[in-house]
Amino acid sequence: MHLVVCIKQVPDTKNVRIDPDTHTLVRQGVESIINPFDLFAVEAALQIKDRLNARITVLTMGPPQAEEALRDTLSRGADEAVLLSDRAFAGSDTWATSTTLSAAIRKMGDVDLVLCGKQAVDGDTAQVGPEVATLLDIPYATFVKKIEVLDDRALKVTRQTDEGMEIWRLPTPALLTVIKEVGEPRLPSLRHKMRARKAQIPVWGVGDLGLDPGRVGLSGSFTQVVRVFSPPRRGNRVLLRGSPEEQAEQLYRNLKEAKVPGI
Amino acid sequence: MKAVVDPKKCTVCGVCAEACPFGAITVGETSVDVSDECTLCGMCVDTCEFGAISLPEAGAGVSTDSAEYSGIWVYAEWRMGTIHKVSHELLSAGRKLADRRGVALCAVVLGHLLDEDLLRELPEYGADRVYVVDHPRLAHFTDESYANALVELVRLKKPEILLAGATSMGRSFIPRVAALLGSGLTADCTDLDISDEGLLLQTRPAFGGNVMATIVCPHRRPQMATVRPKVMRPRKIEGRSGEIERLSVPEECLVGRVEVLEVIPERDQTAKLTEADVIVSGGRGLRKPENFALLEDLAHLVNGAVGASRGAVEEGWIAPSHQVGQTGRTVAPTLYMAVGLSGAIQHVVGMQGSKVIVAVNKDPDAPIFEVANYGIVADLFEFVPALIRRIRQERGEDS
Repeated sequence: MHLVVCIKQVPDTKNVRIDPDTHTLVRQGVESIINPFDLFAVEAALQIKDRLNARITVLTMGPPQAEEALRDTLSRGADEAVLLSDRAFAGSDTWATSTTLSAAIRKMGDVDLVLCGKQAVDGDTAQVGPEVATLLDIPYATFVKKIEVLDDRALKVTRQTDEGMEIWRLPTPALLTVIKEVGEPRLPSLRHKMRARKAQIPVWGVGDLGLDPGRVGLSGSFTQVVRVFSPPRRGNRVLLRGSPEEQAEQLYRNLKEAKVPGI
Repeated sequence: MKAVVDPKKCTVCGVCAEACPFGAITVGETSVDVSDECTLCGMCVDTCEFGAISLPEAGAGVSTDSAEYSGIWVYAEWRMGTIHKVSHELLSAGRKLADRRGVALCAVVLGHLLDEDLLRELPEYGADRVYVVDHPRLAHFTDESYANALVELVRLKKPEILLAGATSMGRSFIPRVAALLGSGLTADCTDLDISDEGLLLQTRPAFGGNVMATIVCPHRRPQMATVRPKVMRPRKIEGRSGEIERLSVPEECLVGRVEVLEVIPERDQTAKLTEADVIVSGGRGLRKPENFALLEDLAHLVNGAVGASRGAVEEGWIAPSHQVGQTGRTVAPTLYMAVGLSGAIQHVVGMQGSKVIVAVNKDPDAPIFEVANYGIVADLFEFVPALIRRIRQERGEDS
């Protein structure tokens, strides 16, 4: 079984703070990490490999330094990695990203299952997984928390929705986007780290994918950012002072005045 | 491609270099240089007060003929026998856009054995017309059948704008609709407007909610967006009526490869959290699992839900389904009370859309006070019981 996991490198927001005066992001020293949800996808693939004869290829699109993220997944037990990197990919929206990723998966040829995190924490769109599946013309399921590989080239998955759970059966090849309930990501092991360090990671550009440069990056994007601005500062920051009883009294009155339901 | 600096307008002040999250801008003696590190994110464009920076325009590929497309559609989400509240919110927001454009607003409902009363309610929220596809194959949601049916309707009627709720259903199948139609989609918008040329101005949080970005889809139709629940206000006009039109789609497009084996409804915490008007959240300041009972008391009293920070969940004090924030749920209730919770950025991005934020913390320097409307520096074990007593007192209940 050949599994492909799509990952994304995102800015680590752990140490990011908001400048109290300008209310903008202080970005100094922000490092890149693997999108946390994508680590769950890597873990889901490794769990399948624990039980079955499977090969895992990790795929990402990004600048040359995204190679580091791929090596990290190799050190956790993934078998191979491919980096999609080309100046032509810059400025991709979800459509252009999906076009590029699906072309790479098609080039690999023998893929049985594609795994993605449910969304990336920087963009939060949750669109790339479903769009890749649609472009590959394979079935997909989103927000998956449990995966069972059935004998007859099919999967049984449990999805978490706003209303509850759903159990679906999908024929493979298929694509799944996973949530954290699939399992805590395992840590890199010493053995895999050694292998990861030496691994050759092929870099594919727009020519390798056989794509017209007009279909990728900003020129292949349908959506465009026209304005970026700081969120409006939250109004009237009021510190309520006094004893706990006095503070409770003031808060109660303010909430009553704001007509908060239930108060 | 990278951001373009107009040397005639640039004063080499260097503000853009500080704003660049990727360190792609270097300030020289007489000019500003953008390196290949540029990802075209656009952060620098708005920070330049001289308007010297621009991004190359998104490519059109083949443009759809915009003139053929008219009208605004709202996908009205039918689930568990009801229409999702976000659909009502979107109809009321769509009404304003349709009036600005001078076009019709249509609701689209997919499902099976649909209740007439639910359909008649849609015009009361603003729809001029309701398109309905009622078919046994749409009794259960699957991405394929729902997306294929919606795509058929779009191809038939050609709306210029299609809006849907950013629910687990909308976020799952609307990307397929966009991919099948080959049009742009903006996820999770918090504000919508329309330009004089009819471009949908889609505003959403970016960079983990730290900045807002306005996005357009200039060359493709329909322009598509999903919108967060609870950010638009529903406006109901009793007795307003509209035309209900039943449509059918080719049988074969409703046949998917996915088989729904079981649907297990659960009024779980996650759902309660996203729908609650009041959320009381606790963090590490609660110190032990038993203390969450205090927050439950308060939440119960005001018919709210209990949330938690990642810290509290990691300690094992409360189930992960309660987690608010980047790896948990994004919520936007009327009132969000952050109790004993420091307010790490990952938490804040999941709740900053709340209307009123109250922070209760012993540490006056906790970052949570930065986003709070009302800050209470106090011991939560004294303050929360005092607030509970105050609410009970008003209702004439014994404390």
